Amino acid sequence: MAFGLKPLKPRIRMIDISHIDRHFRVGDQQVKALDDVSLCIDEGEYVSIMGPSGSGKSTLLNLLGLLDQPTAGRYRLNGQDVTSLSDIEQAHVRNRDIGFVFQMFHLVPRLTAAENVELPLMLAGVQAEERQIRVQSALEALGMEDRSHHRPEQLSGGQRQRVAIARATITEPKVLLADEPTGNLDRQSGGDVIEILESLVDRGLTLLMVTHDPMMGNRASRQLKMLDGRMAQDNRAAPNDSA
Amino acid sequence: MTLHSRDVMGFATKALLGYPVRTGLMLVAMAIGVGSVLVLTALGEGARGYVTGEFASLGTNMVIVLPGRSETGGMNPGAMFGDTPRDLTLGDASALERSPRVQRVAPLNVGSVSVSYGARSRDVVMLGSTHALLPIRHWRMAQGRFLPLSDIDRALPVAVLGENLRDELFAAEPALGQWIRIADRRFRVIGILASSGQSIGVDTAETIIVPVAAAQQLLNTQSLFRILVEARSREGIEPVKGFVENTIAARHQGERDVTVTTQDAVLSTFDEILSALTIAVGGIAGISLAVAGILIMNVMLVAISERTAEIGLLKAIGATSRQIILFILVEASLLALFGALIGLALGHAGAWAIRLGFPTLPAYPPWWVVFTVVLVAVLTAVIFSLFPARSAAKLNPVLALSRR
Repeated sequence: MAFGLKPLKPRIRMIDISHIDRHFRVGDQQVKALDDVSLCIDEGEYVSIMGPSGSGKSTLLNLLGLLDQPTAGRYRLNGQDVTSLSDIEQAHVRNRDIGFVFQMFHLVPRLTAAENVELPLMLAGVQAEERQIRVQSALEALGMEDRSHHRPEQLSGGQRQRVAIARATITEPKVLLADEPTGNLDRQSGGDVIEILESLVDRGLTLLMVTHDPMMGNRASRQLKMLDGRMAQDNRAAPNDSA
Repeated sequence: MTLHSRDVMGFATKALLGYPVRTGLMLVAMAIGVGSVLVLTALGEGARGYVTGEFASLGTNMVIVLPGRSETGGMNPGAMFGDTPRDLTLGDASALERSPRVQRVAPLNVGSVSVSYGARSRDVVMLGSTHALLPIRHWRMAQGRFLPLSDIDRALPVAVLGENLRDELFAAEPALGQWIRIADRRFRVIGILASSGQSIGVDTAETIIVPVAAAQQLLNTQSLFRILVEARSREGIEPVKGFVENTIAARHQGERDVTVTTQDAVLSTFDEILSALTIAVGGIAGISLAVAGILIMNVMLVAISERTAEIGLLKAIGATSRQIILFILVEASLLALFGALIGLALGHAGAWAIRLGFPTLPAYPPWWVVFTVVLVAVLTAVIFSLFPARSAAKLNPVLALSRR
């Protein structure tokens, strides 16, 4: 679990956003998907983001993942102001420092599990031999070594999400952003996936997880609740069910 | 972050193999475009080769003398003043033999006459010439002999027939030694020309050949239609041309009232015309290449809209816009390249089939066409894929990922 002994070294501020706005224009109406949101998350924190549909939690996650740009506000990732980076630099940050896990898995259908996991390393220009080794060990760590040559359609939902997690973590990012990672899974495989994610937190990864499911959300060490584009609640209380 | 070219190739190849039907259709479109360029240029080249070959069979190292001066546009300025050009005569032809550079000279008269044997009669083209005509035109005899060596102005009553004419007049009867009638005169058949097929200008199989003096009597003329002069060598053509012009001018009171052309001039004109034709048909076929390029653009657009989520994912895991453009352009280029290679095979097969069906046509696609067509195919694919590639690179990853 995410809560063993607290490390003694000082926590690094991993995510630091202040006064972030994200406005959309829908027809001639201004929609405030995020409205003056500020948030600090330290390295190794396990944060769940909950809230009703349209409350802005996915928008927040996309902004944190540099898939979207804020209308206003500042975003520091691991001490670096990333809002002012060029497109190419942002792409590099996404490749190196951020991992994404999606509800829909988003595996490339024509590639095998191993090839899917390999993609971020390929984009980073890592040599093929090194990639093979890293991909194999990543798949082994998730118990997927015998599925590495299967295509996504030959895998179960839980297996697909494991491949997606392997892909998200293959470049050893500092932050993992998960958008409803169990939303498409049955209870059993959803639980397995959460346990994998929590084991990553135990190894020092910072995890932000958007979820609808209070059972999942309440397992996090810190629970954020969003409402109408604002941060409605920031609960650092210990999880009520940590077993 | 630099992609390795092997990885880009691998990724693009997997993308092509992932959609076999679409890839197959595109390959067919590209192959047809490339193949048709090859086949059509091969046809053009074949026609050119055929005509060039035909000209060679008309005679090599030839200088041709025509009465009248053809200036710009082939007009005869003398005719404007009621001044008819001086005739070419048998004397002119004899005079042209007096140069060491001249191999042989054949005067030529052409006219339409009625030939009869017994009750059978035919209207045919009659050539009047000398024994020199046979080697000049590279003809062969099927039977008997050609016109005998004799004085140029002796109107011997002998005739050489084309094979078809022989068949029409004599059917199965032997023709050699028989007397036939041309207009009101009698001629003895001394030889039959071997059919050399349809040669430009004259179908030798339908012709009758008589001594030039006899032809002039039959046609009631003093003037020659042409004088064919064969130079001893290719290098001799120009000096012989000068010699001919000077000799005729000297005989015509210093007036340059004949036209002297060379086989080369005529040949190069035909060569130019047929080369232009080849380029024209090649260009028309090139349109199908452009069509294939547009098809590739459409297919890439469809591919991108189908793979929107994938492009969104690539962005999410750190692909730059350039990398995405690169993936798409490489995919399109591979498609074009393999299509073009299949097209080359198709085109060569087509040209081979043409050569098989028409052995006289040397239908080979020119090497530069083969080279250019592959280059153009790939370039078209890249150029037409730039737009879809850029639109893919500009996709908003959030929206792209929310699409399924």
